[in-house]
Amino acid sequence: MEPFKNLKSKVVPLDIANIDTDQIIPKQFLKLLGKTGYGEYLFFNWRYDKEGIPTKDFALNVPEYQGRQILLTRENFGIGSSREHAVWALKDYGFKVVLGVSFADIFYNNCFKNGVLVIKMDKEIIEDFFSTKTNYVFDIDLSQQQITINSQIYRFEIDPTLKSSLENGTDEISRTLQLEDYIKDYEKQDINRILTVKPNTLL
Amino acid sequence: MLYLPQTLYDKIWDNHVVYSDESSNLSLLYIDRHYVHEVTSPQAFDGLRINNRRVRKPDLTFATVDHNVPTTDRSLPIIDQTSSLQIKTLENNCKEFGIPLFDIHNKYQGIVHVIGPELGLTLPGSTIVCGDSHTSTHGAFGSLAFGIGTSEVEHVLATQCLWMKKSKNFEIVLNGGLNNKNGISSKDVILNIIRKIGTSGGSGSVIEYKGDYVSSLSMEKRMTICNMSIEGGARAGLVGPDDTTFEYLREKIYAPKGELFEQLISDWKNLRSDNGAKYDRTFSIDIDHLAPQVTWGTNPAMTIDVDSVIPSPDDFSKGNDEERKSAVKALEYMDLKPGVPITDISIDRVFIGSCTNARLEDLIEASQVVKGKKVSSHVKAMVVPGSQQVKMTAEKLGLDKIFTEAGFEWREPGCSMCLGMNPDILQAGERCASTSNRNFEGRQGAGGRTHLVSPLMAAAAAIAGKFVDVREWV
Ligand code: SF4
Repeated sequence: MEPFKNLKSKVVPLDIANIDTDQIIPKQFLKLLGKTGYGEYLFFNWRYDKEGIPTKDFALNVPEYQGRQILLTRENFGIGSSREHAVWALKDYGFKVVLGVSFADIFYNNCFKNGVLVIKMDKEIIEDFFSTKTNYVFDIDLSQQQITINSQIYRFEIDPTLKSSLENGTDEISRTLQLEDYIKDYEKQDINRILTVKPNTLL
Repeated sequence: MLYLPQTLYDKIWDNHVVYSDESSNLSLLYIDRHYVHEVTSPQAFDGLRINNRRVRKPDLTFATVDHNVPTTDRSLPIIDQTSSLQIKTLENNCKEFGIPLFDIHNKYQGIVHVIGPELGLTLPGSTIVCGDSHTSTHGAFGSLAFGIGTSEVEHVLATQCLWMKKSKNFEIVLNGGLNNKNGISSKDVILNIIRKIGTSGGSGSVIEYKGDYVSSLSMEKRMTICNMSIEGGARAGLVGPDDTTFEYLREKIYAPKGELFEQLISDWKNLRSDNGAKYDRTFSIDIDHLAPQVTWGTNPAMTIDVDSVIPSPDDFSKGNDEERKSAVKALEYMDLKPGVPITDISIDRVFIGSCTNARLEDLIEASQVVKGKKVSSHVKAMVVPGSQQVKMTAEKLGLDKIFTEAGFEWREPGCSMCLGMNPDILQAGERCASTSNRNFEGRQGAGGRTHLVSPLMAAAAAIAGKFVDVREWV
């Protein structure tokens, strides 16, 4: 995974709350077998009309928003289905950061596993971003945990583990496999009796 | 040593911690059962191959095909090439990594959350994951079960563990309801809970459902409640296991038997929240006066009583501007007007199916409403049993005849119109009474309008051609 350190970009404002993953990537695009190629289907049902023509006023189709790498959203982003395709689509489209008030748990985790930084900020700040900051460059510094906009600094909180995995681009599985002795010990102990059930011998 | 009272969740958690990383507050949890299906797994298996890794515990991993299998005649080839490729890919992956697969022709095939319990793979006190958010279903057995993304699927395949931060304990007490069973089902209860706590009300929490009402429910009814915990934003739902749980599991094909089973039961009897255990949040609801619930909008919290009217955005939002905007958008998408009784709304389609409501009891209840009647002439209705076992048992009871004679289609098991990845989809503008769990825009087909209801309500709607208060029917 590519490490994430900082990013300078303007935002794409998507002024809708409670966006579910069915909207981020509709199910007809879940049949691909890889992790790339989903960007063109991001927000498909909102982005194109029935004839497949881009809808004029949808944020992703606004000419001056093209190439921006931060998605600005509101409350409860990423609810619904656990499909990681939602994150692959955001990433493939070019978003490196999603900024909003709150996020669904599974979506939040999925983002960090794919190197996408999710930043939660207070409602008033997000409100202010929507109303006055959509044409400013956001200078995001992960190590300092801050966003600088026009020399004003906004701090954000982030879990230290998630932060370091983003900064180093570490593969979580390798990290876990270094703890394999603990896993083996656990498997040998008697603490979890479910492990004595061997359903597979019956199959 | 002083023993601090623990919740059920605390107990299962403690039992599965392999390693705790103090600095990050993350724990590595051991996973007892990993269920795999065709849609969220191909990229995970690819990841294993690229990194030359194996599946650590193929014997704790079980796969089936459900999300995009056609629900029509299984002897015919699958027309959709991409679906067919995804199914083939899972078969190949299972072969390569030694994972048992209940394939499309297997007599145990079905929706992953229906077959896990009915095969006796889902056990109390275990940890269960699956690349599907409705894994919360299995919490009905007192197992800690939650949905994961594809990266996590890969992580569990490779390590049989998962990094987790402990969630909060959220207690929901369900009171009364013991005499309010006519026409009311556990689907109404969970829809009402979501309506009250909101789609993010359970965020960051594991919900434990308690109270006499839950104890009185069958396993299948408890599963419906736990299934939709995710729609209330919770990571998982739990019900403490009791005799109903143990009896359900007895003699299930892959459940432990004999001495081992009895030993496990005595372990499982301790899987209860201790008196005085601390919850971060408590909420209680009264089932005595609950009416059948119908969703009117585009998220599952947008729900009303069947005997009431479509709310105005102002009534619904109670001063919250974002909620107000969502409601305006939802009404427009659903083509509904505030003030109209929901029982005036006519429907085009009925879908009885999904991991929420396609188990035997659901089909029995629906069939009782349908028996001897005819589906309204302007409605297309279908029943998609949750698994081959459900289908077979239902057919032995003659339910297929009841449904088909009334004009329902009787299909092969799968997720079907719950998410419309197979050919079962709504056309734009069509309105559907559905027993599934999500009413998001386009969930059942682009432009389709979904109203979530119980199987009883869906069956009655099919006959009447519009929503009706099923309490007047049973
Ligand atoms: S029936 Fe619907 S919710 Fe359940 S597993 Fe299938 S797609 Fe997911």
